[in-house]
Amino acid sequence: MTFFRVENLAIHFGGVKAVDGVTFEIARGEVFTIIGPNGAGKTTIFNLISRIYDSTEGTITFRDQDITRAAPHRIAGLGIARTFQNIELFETATVLQNLLIGRHAHSRSNVFSEALFLPSVRRAEFAHREKVEEVIDFLNLAHYRDQMIMNLPYGVRKVVELARALCTEPELLLLDEPSSGLNVEETQDVSFWIEDIKKDLGITVLMVEHDMGLVNEVSDRVLVLNYGRVLAEGSPQDVQRDPEVIRAYLGG
Amino acid sequence: MRFIFKTDYHQDIRLAPHSGHVFWYGLLLALVIAAPFALDEYYVGQLTQVGIMAIAGVGLMVLTGYTGLVSLGHAAFFGVGAYAEAVLLGLGVPFFVTMPAAAVSAAAVGIIVGIPALRLAGIYLAIATFAFALIVEEIMGRWESVTNGYTGLLVPSIDIGDFSLSSGLPFYFLTMAILVLVILLVLNLLRAPTGRAMVAIRDSEISAQSMGVNLAVVKTTAFAVSAGITGLAGALFAHKLGFLSPESFTILQSIELLVLVIVGGIGSLHGAVFGAIFVLALPQALAIMKDHLPPAIGEQPGFEPLIFGLILIFFILFEPFGIYGRWLKVKLYFQLFPLYKKATFKRQKSYMKSERLR
Repeated sequence: MTFFRVENLAIHFGGVKAVDGVTFEIARGEVFTIIGPNGAGKTTIFNLISRIYDSTEGTITFRDQDITRAAPHRIAGLGIARTFQNIELFETATVLQNLLIGRHAHSRSNVFSEALFLPSVRRAEFAHREKVEEVIDFLNLAHYRDQMIMNLPYGVRKVVELARALCTEPELLLLDEPSSGLNVEETQDVSFWIEDIKKDLGITVLMVEHDMGLVNEVSDRVLVLNYGRVLAEGSPQDVQRDPEVIRAYLGG
Repeated sequence: MRFIFKTDYHQDIRLAPHSGHVFWYGLLLALVIAAPFALDEYYVGQLTQVGIMAIAGVGLMVLTGYTGLVSLGHAAFFGVGAYAEAVLLGLGVPFFVTMPAAAVSAAAVGIIVGIPALRLAGIYLAIATFAFALIVEEIMGRWESVTNGYTGLLVPSIDIGDFSLSSGLPFYFLTMAILVLVILLVLNLLRAPTGRAMVAIRDSEISAQSMGVNLAVVKTTAFAVSAGITGLAGALFAHKLGFLSPESFTILQSIELLVLVIVGGIGSLHGAVFGAIFVLALPQALAIMKDHLPPAIGEQPGFEPLIFGLILIFFILFEPFGIYGRWLKVKLYFQLFPLYKKATFKRQKSYMKSERLR
């Protein structure tokens, strides 16, 4: 079974080939990292996977299912959750409400039963809340549960966004620069959490990251992109010895 | 100060989280029931009008306040509801069928507007809904076989024997009962997945979508619910007017509704009620004020719209969360007394200002 595979993926904006024939495969249970200089097409690949963009060419396969043209709102229900590079939380809602929206893909009620708040809706709300509390425990967010997002510091927002993604009960988690804007200590926390997400929750992680320390610590395999093309792929150590990668991204 | 200890998840789901809510809203309900017996007929009529506007306000609040879609065309849904009520009653359909039918027909029109509006946002959506309202106004004027055009249409009263439900005291209670019902339905919706999805769309469409929210479905639902509730208010308004003509449902009415939700407090149901009181009390206050102003000012044409506009601008500048926002601040002052700090909301305010520059 193919867990997740991207084949010959490409997207062109006019003459700009943001992603140009990228192929990679992720096995269940690994942490796979994409690195590369700014504008290499890392976030674009994320946007292609979460179906915000339509690809020009290529296929995306998730659990033997072709999701290249799946509707964007179905991605979460299929088991792929993501975070954003520039935090996209619901500012005027509390942490709890944000996390409950993470449960949306699992809600089955319709407007009419909700307007009457039938017992089935109440039971479902209760079940969602229990799941959300598990995630709150997992990421130590209990202290912030009832606070509005706009009153929270940046570091906490990052964690809330991770929590919201976990609330969708994903099998594949896309993290777009989980450590950007965080201090050393918070970055260390992120690295522990990624380990836990992999080991305790059994979730496969695909991430984009610039902090090579974090990349080395958590990644099983690394893909290097440059100008929308694959430059190298392999273990973190191998990739960092590659002369092409050093020239294009790491510097020597 | 009240400290709430939470021991059960149901506490966060419940409509009234603590006994204080039960007491104060119970008292309010008692006042609403007792009011018409203490007031004379004129004020009962005014309160009924407040109830009708509050229902329409709740309708627009669902769309503009919670889903973040601005509509300048709600007078159209109001009108569709009013005409549906009058025409159906004229055909001899009983009122307990006509009122839901008015809501459903307005909701259906809402869906028709909602679908093309899915691709629009912000000012473009406002213009599209504005254009739509003009079209509906035109249809009301030209479709003479049904609406009787500009000649006008008499609204049959709801009579059960000698008892008239569409005027005076019974009509007041009918309106208030529908208002309470509508508020409860919307509150239920807001604590369920659809309501959360609406707020999510308002704050960030892109992340709502990646959490599994189907933008098209939720936006269309918001349009339908909003239009349906406004249509219901329109049906009541038809009885209040007694006589319908397209001139009752112009762009000015749409703007009045938008002023209602903004001045009342965007994003809260309290705001819809506060806004309705404001929209009806202001002209009264201005009429009283006029007598005490020098004629050169008081008798100026356009005096009333000027004051309306000024108040709207001042609210957007200084109290973006409207009367309800002010209410919360006053409440906090008394809760924290004597520890309230002047700067409590300062940071938030400067934050709001920088946001507006984007």
